[in-house]
Amino acid sequence: MNTSDASFIESLKEALEPERVLTSDEDLVPYGFDGTAALKQRPGAVVFPLTTLEVAACVKLARDRSIPVVTRGSGTGLSGGSVPLAGCLVICLVKMDKLVELDEKNLTLRAQSGVITKEIDDACAKVGLFYPPDPGSMKISTIGGNVAENSGGLRGLKYGVTRDYVMGMEVVLPDGSQTFLGNKCVKDVAGYSMKDLFIGSEGTLGIITEVILKVLPRPKARKTMLALYDSMEKAAETISAIIAAKIIPCTLEFLDRMTVQCVEDYAKIGLPTDVEALVLMETDGHPAVVEEEAAQMMALARANGARDVRAAADENEGAKLAAARRNAFSALARIRPTTILEDVTVPRSELARMVSFIDGVAKRHRLLIGTFGHLGDGNLHPTFLTNERDQEEMHRIETALEEIVEETIRVGGTVTGEHGVGLAKKGFLKRQLGEGSYELMRSIKQALDPQGLLNPGKIFDLRN
Amino acid sequence: MAPAALLKDLDYSVLQQCMHCGMCLPTCPTYVETKLERNSPRGRISLLRAVADGELEVSRALSDEMYYCLGCLACQTACPAGVKYAELFETARAEVELAGVNDGMQRGFWRWLTLNVIFMKPWLLRLIGRVLWLYQTTKLDVLMRKMRFFGLMPRSLAALEPQTPRVAEKFSNELISPVESPKQKREYRVALLTGCVQDLAFSNINRDTADLLLANGCEVVTLPSQHCCGSLHAHNGELELARELARRQIDSLDLDSLDAIITNAGGCGSHLKAYGHLLHDDPFYAAKAKVWDEKVKDIHEWLVQIRFRKPTSGAGVSEVTYHESCHLCHGQKVVSQPRQVLASIPGLVVKELPESNWCCGSAGIYNITQPEQSQKLLQRKLANLEQTKSPLVATSNPGCHLQLANGLKACSGHSCHEVTQPVTLLARAYRAEPN
Repeated sequence: MNTSDASFIESLKEALEPERVLTSDEDLVPYGFDGTAALKQRPGAVVFPLTTLEVAACVKLARDRSIPVVTRGSGTGLSGGSVPLAGCLVICLVKMDKLVELDEKNLTLRAQSGVITKEIDDACAKVGLFYPPDPGSMKISTIGGNVAENSGGLRGLKYGVTRDYVMGMEVVLPDGSQTFLGNKCVKDVAGYSMKDLFIGSEGTLGIITEVILKVLPRPKARKTMLALYDSMEKAAETISAIIAAKIIPCTLEFLDRMTVQCVEDYAKIGLPTDVEALVLMETDGHPAVVEEEAAQMMALARANGARDVRAAADENEGAKLAAARRNAFSALARIRPTTILEDVTVPRSELARMVSFIDGVAKRHRLLIGTFGHLGDGNLHPTFLTNERDQEEMHRIETALEEIVEETIRVGGTVTGEHGVGLAKKGFLKRQLGEGSYELMRSIKQALDPQGLLNPGKIFDLRN
Repeated sequence: MAPAALLKDLDYSVLQQCMHCGMCLPTCPTYVETKLERNSPRGRISLLRAVADGELEVSRALSDEMYYCLGCLACQTACPAGVKYAELFETARAEVELAGVNDGMQRGFWRWLTLNVIFMKPWLLRLIGRVLWLYQTTKLDVLMRKMRFFGLMPRSLAALEPQTPRVAEKFSNELISPVESPKQKREYRVALLTGCVQDLAFSNINRDTADLLLANGCEVVTLPSQHCCGSLHAHNGELELARELARRQIDSLDLDSLDAIITNAGGCGSHLKAYGHLLHDDPFYAAKAKVWDEKVKDIHEWLVQIRFRKPTSGAGVSEVTYHESCHLCHGQKVVSQPRQVLASIPGLVVKELPESNWCCGSAGIYNITQPEQSQKLLQRKLANLEQTKSPLVATSNPGCHLQLANGLKACSGHSCHEVTQPVTLLARAYRAEPN
């Protein structure tokens, strides 16, 4: 059963408008993938609804013919969550891009799912408000995709992740019915928190078409600092000391030696290439507090063995210091044709050890792995530089990844901190969760989508 | 089935370098317009990869897509993985031309006339320019318009007729001697490339460029007759003609005797710096082309590199904003230098233009081939210009210059009423200095 059924295409064209239903090869090939390396499938049709009602109509039409539906935003996901199934229907929400309301009295923002994440924060900034989650793709990722994947970003330690900002949502369920979950109330204990079930559900339980977000007052000041270390352990000790001093910085990012070398090769910003760790730190808030905290953080960095510590005098200089971190991924991605960005996360206290473990894995399997990530929340991005056409090397990567995952789970970590399970981490999920938790998840999917209509085969398979 | 030779022969790693992360999407003017993946850089690359993999035929639809692309290269600036989009874009256009999926008598004739004939022969181009000048100075064009003569032409061309650039009274060779030496000590020896459209419509800008070079210790060699650089050909799927023109350019100058080869048109410069790639398979020219690439400098880039002298007088204007030519900022990554040139002029306030590096819709001959999308981009640019309230906009590419001038002419009541170039303002400031 697939979309090649001409009557199905006709009915979609009637439900929407013909130009919002794509079926030609040239139109479909570009929807065969998302931001994940080496995953590709050609869908049967791609549709662009403008309203929740239209989404519901498409879901009903697909349900009647048992055609699987994959929801997509801008297709920047890194776990294959929006990679289509062969011949499926892709519902692309990028044209549902209305920012419905910014409620300054209740500090909430209501937007359709296709609104770009950065546009949400830009709209907030105009009135002195702030939407903190800042995933790496925020210039193009959609808010609907962020909620469905529960995206993180650089500010996790202080501000949390997308989940912490979702107050309500409109959802189309697998049977084509519409419902609204949550509201603008800060306190709400009326029954199960159903919205939370859909956050991070990766399009497997329903299609989120509109969201209500919590926003914050925008911090008035921010200070950026850079510290260089001869060992990752010293960098990690600095972070522990900062947190023990009751300071919660908004950014604590690190690059390992290999990443620093690549950044310097690419961007020539004058970094020493013999450092083991580069740490970018930022604190934000009231100007006086920011000054005081920054001074304290720098002192702690020095006390814990930083080789060099610099602070930016202003926003401009801050951007220069942040350049190393900003360029990290670009610098790595240029080296080989295929870049595989991993996402394991460990308890903060295990981070330094994990980085050196990954280093060992790279050496053992003769692989290029640059690691950078979020020191504050233990979220690592080991980045494999390879060529997907080199079967033998890809096999070594598989083995290496297996070892990294095994170690992550052993120290109480998670196989994905912010990218999601999708297809990429599906094979590891049961091992991390254990039987009970895994089966509970599947039973929820079974209850909401018994037909297996929405994004089937992502996160787990419904039937063994 | 159409042969798909070029894309299949292309070094596959160029296609594979795209990791489809999507960072190019928000910077692509056509994607932002339609929000369809096929109209985005990563979507187009996936189509080209499908062709190379034998999963997709070279079709009319693919051709339409490649010609809908502006070739503005904003995606190259946004790309974290360093994808060589310019190379893919040129190869793809050459591929669709080779496959002949786009053939039509009329299109074939116009392409042949411009690419194979007019732009291959500098004397012919100047002759046409001279005829056009006569026609414009005798006001025959106004008369023809009154007589509705252009009603006889295809409507799309007739609509563009009033946008024909005003041809200059004198061409570059009548304004610049073959060799001019600076008054003070000679520190550098450079060649000046005068361009095609620049030569016909903006020869004064070539004169200004020569003056800036002279004022900064450069001896200027300007060949009276110069060939087209071939960017027009490379961007329109005629790579063989482009190679021929590149060879002629390289042969025309004694590279060893020159410190730099100066170009003042963003579109030409971007292509001139890519001869090394264009001729990398040519046993006789590959090495020379590499040397050539290293010597080609955009005028602003060169001025900043040799620490140009700051003028002591103003340019007679108090406020300007700067529109970036795509192939200067995205193609050549020359971003801060033109701004430094403007900022060096006493009494001149440089106001930042919102979306200054967003394509204005000129894009080579895009305004002729895709007038509708070109207009949308022009309107977006005009709206951004209005926000600055600046009476003057500077840019440094003849295509952008004409596009902005035509747009402003048609938009009465706009705050901005003049288009100029950074080199013109700096030359004016130098000239205003007491001797």
